[in-house]
Amino acid sequence: MNFHAIRAIYRFEMARTFRTLMQSIASPVLSTSLYFVVFGAAIGSRMGEVDGIHYGAFIIPGLVMLSLLTESISNASFGIYMPKWSGTIYELLSAPVSSAEVILGYVGAATTKSVMLGLLILATARLFVPYHIAHPFWMLAFLLLTAFSFSLFGFILGIWADSFEKLQIVPLMIVTPLTFLGGSFYSISMLPPLWQKIALFNPVVYLVSGFRWSFYGVADVAVGISVAMTALFMLICLVAVWWIFKTGYRLKR
Amino acid sequence: MSQPPIISVRNLSKTYASGFTALKNVKLDIQRGEIFALLGPNGAGKTTLIGVICGLVKASAGQVIADGHDIQREYRLVREKIGLVPQELHTDAFESVWATVNFSRGLFGKPRDPSLIEKLLRELSLWDKKDARIMTLSGGMKRRVMIAKALSHEPKILFLDEPSAGVDVELRRDMWQLVRRLRDSGVTIILTTHYIEEAEEMADRVGIIRQGELILVEEKAALMRKLGKKQLRLQLKTPLAAIPDTLAGYALELAGEGQTLIYTYDDQQDDTGIAELLRRLAAQGIDFRELQSSQSSLEDIFVSLVQGRP
Ligand SMILES: Nc1ncnc2c1ncn2[C@@H]1O[C@H](COP(=O)(O)OP(=O)(O)OP(=O)(O)O)[C@@H](O)[C@H]1O
Ligand SMILES: [Mg+2]
Repeated sequence: MNFHAIRAIYRFEMARTFRTLMQSIASPVLSTSLYFVVFGAAIGSRMGEVDGIHYGAFIIPGLVMLSLLTESISNASFGIYMPKWSGTIYELLSAPVSSAEVILGYVGAATTKSVMLGLLILATARLFVPYHIAHPFWMLAFLLLTAFSFSLFGFILGIWADSFEKLQIVPLMIVTPLTFLGGSFYSISMLPPLWQKIALFNPVVYLVSGFRWSFYGVADVAVGISVAMTALFMLICLVAVWWIFKTGYRLKR
Repeated sequence: MSQPPIISVRNLSKTYASGFTALKNVKLDIQRGEIFALLGPNGAGKTTLIGVICGLVKASAGQVIADGHDIQREYRLVREKIGLVPQELHTDAFESVWATVNFSRGLFGKPRDPSLIEKLLRELSLWDKKDARIMTLSGGMKRRVMIAKALSHEPKILFLDEPSAGVDVELRRDMWQLVRRLRDSGVTIILTTHYIEEAEEMADRVGIIRQGELILVEEKAALMRKLGKKQLRLQLKTPLAAIPDTLAGYALELAGEGQTLIYTYDDQQDDTGIAELLRRLAAQGIDFRELQSSQSSLEDIFVSLVQGRP
C-alpha cells in the first residue's frame, strides 16, 4: 500500500477545499439556511406536523441529504475532472498508485468534506429549529455511507465527463430532481398511492428515509431496506470504479 | 554491453482509438546509465513511445521491461523508479511550487524529505520561488517546476520529452549540466528533442524514429562516423565556370561563384581519393589558396535520414 500517495492526494484535495472555502463551505451553508428560513420558519409554522414531527424539524434530514448528495458529487467529480482537464493527470497515471489508493485519496477527501459540511448544516439548523437525534450512531453511519457512496459516484462522473457541461448536467438534471422528489420536504405517505409506488424507484427515497429514521425513529421504508439500498449503490459504484481503472476507460489513451 | 538493458521495448505497437497507428513494432534497448536521445520529426511517435513506457498510453501489442520488471504487471516497482517530464506544461495553477513538488514525492511513495526538495529547488534556481503560485511563473520556470517534480522521488530513469522547448539558451545550458550530473550519479536519461545540437552535445546514443518506426539506433559517435560525410573545401585562386570533364568521376560541387570547390568523400574508405584528386587538379593547372575539411553534423544526418535518403 502506497500510504504516502494516499496522504499526498488527500492533502492536495483538502488544500483545494480550504483554498475555496467560500465556495465549498459557505455557500451550501447559506443556501441551507435560506431553506430553513423559508420552509422551516415561514411556511413550516403554518404546516403543522408530518408523521408527528414539527415540519421545521421534519425537513432537516432531507435538507442535509440534499446538500450531502450535491456537494459529494460536485466535489469528487471536480477533484478528478480538473487534472484531466488541465493535463496534470499525467502524474497520477505515471505514479506507482493502485486504483484503491487513488480512490482513498480523492474520494476520501470528498467524503471528509461532505461529512464536515453535513455536520455544519446540522449545527446551522440548530439556530433555526430545535431537533433531537434518536440514533446518533446510525445518523453518523448514514452520513458517512452516503457521503462516501456519492463521492464515489461523483468520481465516476468526473472521469466520464469530457466537458464542464456534462460535469454539471448530472447533478442538475438528475440528482437534484431525484432529491426533491425523494421525500426531502414531505413524507412519501403524503403522495397518492400510485406515486408512492413510483417513488420507490427513486434511490434517494431510501437515503432520506433512513437518515430521517436516525433522527426521529420514523421512516417511509423499513430502515433495513434503506441500509441495504445505500450499500448496494455503493457496491455498484465500487465495481464501476474498479472497471474504469482496469480498462483505463477515459483515463489512458 | 555486459549489463542487461534498463529498459527493453519489445515489439511495441500502438494504434490509437482513431485508428491511427503511431508505433509500429518498435524494438529498443536502453542501456543502464546512458543518455539516449530520441529524434524524429513532429508526429513521429516519440511522445507516444514515452507514454507507453510511463503508463499514460495503453500499448496495442508488445511488452516493455523496465529494470527487470514488466511495466504492466509490476507497475508499482517500475513506476517508482521512473520520472517523467512531459512535453506539455501541465501544472496545478493554484498550488505553490513547494506544495506541488512535495506532492509529487508523496505520490511516488516516498516519505517527506524537505532538505532534499530544498536542494532540488536550489539546483533548479527555484528556491526563491518556492512559495509562489505556479500560475505566476514564466514558462521556463514552469518547466523547471516540472523537472523538480519528476526528480522529487529520486528516479533511476528520467524521461525528458522535449526539455528545451520554449527554454532560453542559458536555461538550456543549465539543464544540460543537470542532465550530465544526473547521468554521473547513475541516472539513465531518455530525452526527445528537435534541437539536434542537444543530441549531439549530450547523447551517448541516438534513436531516430519516423512515422512510428524506429529506423535507426546507433552510438552517436559511430553514427557520425558512419553516416557523417566528410567534405574537403578548396578555395581556388581563380574561379571556375564549371567542373572540368576530366574530374567527372569525383563528387564535386562548385560554390561561392566558382571560388570554392567542394569534394565529398567517405573517410571510412582506405582510399579517400584526395591524393589523386589533388594530383589531377595540379595537372589541370587548377591552383588553390587554402583547403579545409569538415564533417557533416548530426543535423545533416538526421535530415537526410528522415527524408528517406540515407
Ligand atoms: N490521443 C491520440 N489519438 C489519436 N492520435 C494520436 C493521439 N495522440 C497522438 N496521436 C498521433 O500519433 C502520432 C504520434 O504522436 P506523438 O505525440 O507520439 O508524436 P511526437 O513524435 O511526440 O511528435 P512531436 O515532435 O510533435 O512531439 C501523431 O500522428 C499524432 O497525431
Ligand atoms: Mg512529442
